[in-house]
Amino acid sequence: AEIFQEFAVQEESVTFRINLSVLLDCLTIFGTSSLPGTSTALRMCYCGYGYPLMLFLEEGGVVTVCKINTQEPDELLDFDFCSTKVVNKIILQSEGLREAFAELDMTSEVLQVTMSPDKPYFRLSTFGNAGSAHLDYPRDSDLMEAFHCNQTQTNRYKISLLKPSAKALALSCKVSIRTDAQGFLSLQYMIRNEDGQICFVEYYCCPDEDITEAEL
Amino acid sequence: MRFRAKIVDLACLNHFSRIINTIAKLAKTCTLRLTDSKLYFILADKVANGGVSMWCDLCQGNFFDEFQMEGVAAEHNEIYLELVPENLSRALKTAQSAKAVKIKLTNKHCPCLRVAVELPSLSSSSRIVTHDIPVGVIPRRLWNDFREPSVPDFDVSIYLPMLKTMKSVVERMKNLSNSIVIEANLSGEMNLKIETDLVSVTTHFKELGNPPWASEDGCQSSAPGRDLESMAEARIDIKKLQQLLAGQQVNPTKALCNIVSKRIVHFILLHEDVSLQYFIPALA
Repeated sequence: AEIFQEFAVQEESVTFRINLSVLLDCLTIFGTSSLPGTSTALRMCYCGYGYPLMLFLEEGGVVTVCKINTQEPDELLDFDFCSTKVVNKIILQSEGLREAFAELDMTSEVLQVTMSPDKPYFRLSTFGNAGSAHLDYPRDSDLMEAFHCNQTQTNRYKISLLKPSAKALALSCKVSIRTDAQGFLSLQYMIRNEDGQICFVEYYCCPDEDITEAEL
Repeated sequence: MRFRAKIVDLACLNHFSRIINTIAKLAKTCTLRLTDSKLYFILADKVANGGVSMWCDLCQGNFFDEFQMEGVAAEHNEIYLELVPENLSRALKTAQSAKAVKIKLTNKHCPCLRVAVELPSLSSSSRIVTHDIPVGVIPRRLWNDFREPSVPDFDVSIYLPMLKTMKSVVERMKNLSNSIVIEANLSGEMNLKIETDLVSVTTHFKELGNPPWASEDGCQSSAPGRDLESMAEARIDIKKLQQLLAGQQVNPTKALCNIVSKRIVHFILLHEDVSLQYFIPALA
């Protein structure tokens, strides 16, 4: 909430469903590139269930008012990922992962993640048409900010589900990668905005059930 | 029928190219009317254009170093040609650093505008790139279709906001809706509105100013005693508006629009020596 100059929510939590591309078009109504010296001001309000989300944007004396209709929120998937049940955790500087993610072999259906207190410590693997590729990060690498692996775990995740997280990776400075006993993956991206404020994007992914540990 | 012209000055050439680029963005095909003093680019309001019409005129003396034309007959010293402005625009693209550009009406196998671009070269003789642009000669009996449109009896006339801002806003709105409502009043206020099932967006512009129209030949520009706050509005095809704004490569000296409530919006964009009028009819 510190990203905002003012932030007031009257209920404990407010949830609604909204069309993202419409929201994005409204937020960028004055264009995406801002001239130096100009800034756009935004005010958002929501009166409650059934009401549209109101956006008031102002730039250079011109005011745009947007009313976006809200919908019933979908049931949020609860991965039940609990910080106390984390088996393995590493924190990496994002620049180390960015190139790796950009170069992932997309012909592979899965991305295999191995985390271990022993070699190879942290390995990303793909199995594509041309063959398999492995990317290892040593635990004493400069990019490794924290390394807490208690158990060797190898899990596979559908690569199509993970690829979109590359966008958050591109904006972030650090990423924390955690797995629990079921192999659920939690990715937390720390993003610093222009004013130096920090916000997080969290990504949860369940392991690909077609493959069981026994087969690996 | 003869026509030959030459541009030598690079600034004039670039200015002329920019105008042709703008026209090319607004019309696939248009009419070029030549008189001994002026050039006109005309798009008549046919159903095929979606009812849109355009009138752009420029003084040849401001662009051409040489300009000679002979019309179809002495009493009708004009030439009307149908052409694809994109062809002319592409030909002029090769002229960005030209020494000279000559334009000539020829009829070797079919009527063409021959654009000969003289480019600098290291050897003593210049390189000449020639483009033959096919044109259609429009016979005199059809010239009436291309008369200058009269300024409609508008309800409100208002200066447009900064085109850059208007362009950004309309481009985003185009993603959200097919039609847009332009409304304005005589207090210098203009709103652009879209409304769909998903979203409604209104952008408010203030302090734009209303142009003073001298009442020539007694016709009033807008109803006397019209309430200053009352809005005149028209719902138009948003793509047509976006095309007009996207085509503006240089900021005009004056930009205004006249709104006839629920009927038509008439845009006038003036650069120092070029005037462009664009009519977008209201949607049913």
